[in-house]
Amino acid sequence: MMQEAPPLLSARGVTKFYEGIPGCRDVSFEVWPGEVLGIVGESGSGKTTVLNCISARLEPTSGTVEYATRHDGPADIYRMSEPARRLLMRTDWGFVHQNPREGLRMGVSAGANIGERLMAVGARHYGNIRQAANDWLDKVEMDTGRMDDLPITFSGGMQQRLQIARNLVTAPRIVFMDEPTGNLDVSVQARLLDLLRGLVTDLGLAAVIVTHDLAVARLLSHRLLVMRRGKVVESGLTDQVLDDPQHPYSQLLVSSVIHP
Amino acid sequence: MTAAIRIEGLAKSFTLHNQGGVRLSVLDGFDLAVEAGECVALHGPSGIGKSTVLRCIYANYRADRGRILVRHRDGTVDMAAAHPREILAVRRETVGHVSQFLRVIPRVAAEDVVAETLRGRGADPEAATKAARRMLQRLNIPAELHRLAPATFSGGEQQRVNLARVFVADYPVLLLDEPTASLDRENRDVVLKLIREAAGRGAAIAGIFHDSEVRDAVATRTVPLIAAREAA
Repeated sequence: MMQEAPPLLSARGVTKFYEGIPGCRDVSFEVWPGEVLGIVGESGSGKTTVLNCISARLEPTSGTVEYATRHDGPADIYRMSEPARRLLMRTDWGFVHQNPREGLRMGVSAGANIGERLMAVGARHYGNIRQAANDWLDKVEMDTGRMDDLPITFSGGMQQRLQIARNLVTAPRIVFMDEPTGNLDVSVQARLLDLLRGLVTDLGLAAVIVTHDLAVARLLSHRLLVMRRGKVVESGLTDQVLDDPQHPYSQLLVSSVIHP
Repeated sequence: MTAAIRIEGLAKSFTLHNQGGVRLSVLDGFDLAVEAGECVALHGPSGIGKSTVLRCIYANYRADRGRILVRHRDGTVDMAAAHPREILAVRRETVGHVSQFLRVIPRVAAEDVVAETLRGRGADPEAATKAARRMLQRLNIPAELHRLAPATFSGGEQQRVNLARVFVADYPVLLLDEPTASLDRENRDVVLKLIREAAGRGAAIAGIFHDSEVRDAVATRTVPLIAAREAA
């Protein structure tokens, strides 16, 4: 009954072998604009492999990943030209690593970390770039007075917020996140979760979030995929999967959570 | 006019794969129709499947068989078969569910938890916050608590935040799972009034009211549930 925009991202039969060993097998799903998809499962289940495959960081052995580009409609991300793919990764997409050191340049200031992504898409006016960096530090609840400090002087939680600001400054349409709260203390985690949820809602961002933490998945994602041994064993609305899990493995996962 | 909620032949069982594959049949061939302005009380002993009915309507439980038709916008949506995004739209605009637990991000303020219902429906953030404060106030959550996260609240206060989150919007369909369970008499009366007002503006309500006084006060009709085995 609803007529709406096509999916932003479609993965079809995505399979990745590492020298014969399967990382993920026959994974298919779609992500719509404004939708947050969570991928849960234990270590080694293939969640990160899937995330890397759909974000143009790891070409699958077989299967396709299509992205709805702004001007040319759906395009296979591994068939487009290298410059076109680079541009997507710098503008339309964001990637938040579990370890902020992988997503930040530790040798340049916080402001430069944010400004760099803007300059990569053509921003040249120093004042504007600095203003944008200032605005984003504020949006991720960082002290704007720390703009000229190196990320190495920040706590883990601050580094993670800086990484998020750096990703969002180009107004991406989809953000890929690999255990975004994984390295943080619980108190910092809650704050970051709240921040992420607010940003996703306010900006109408789509996101794919890999996490092993079901509480994080429940609070952030609309839909969930449960992965085990490289395969998706169950998918559905987040509360369907967590309140009424069908697959033996999902049931085990849900029943193994310790509630404080 | 079609019913706001119409359940036809609903079956729901649970298979516990990690407990020897035990299969529990909870509902089998359950029917229900709730019209606008009605408040239907589901009644029966603990474990009979009253909450399961509400959860199947809200679609956080998946039906094995049957249809769960909910009037939404200009049509009906079968919650047992709808696409996840369609279910989310129904939850945003049409069906409000008061569950027995409040589940929120730890540090989010009570008023923001409540306002989010309206913001999700496209309300102006400032208007949403004002409406949230009014509803919290009505449920006797004092103003000095509005900016605090409900994690530190008492059980009764948390339940009232949970109620405020749903009653702040004029949902056409309300599912109420023991809405007055942990409330004192004064707050219970506030909730009774909210329920009657909702029915008065034409909401279709299905609820579980363990307290017979509460049930008598709000229910326009009682539907007894019987064990799935006997229903067959």
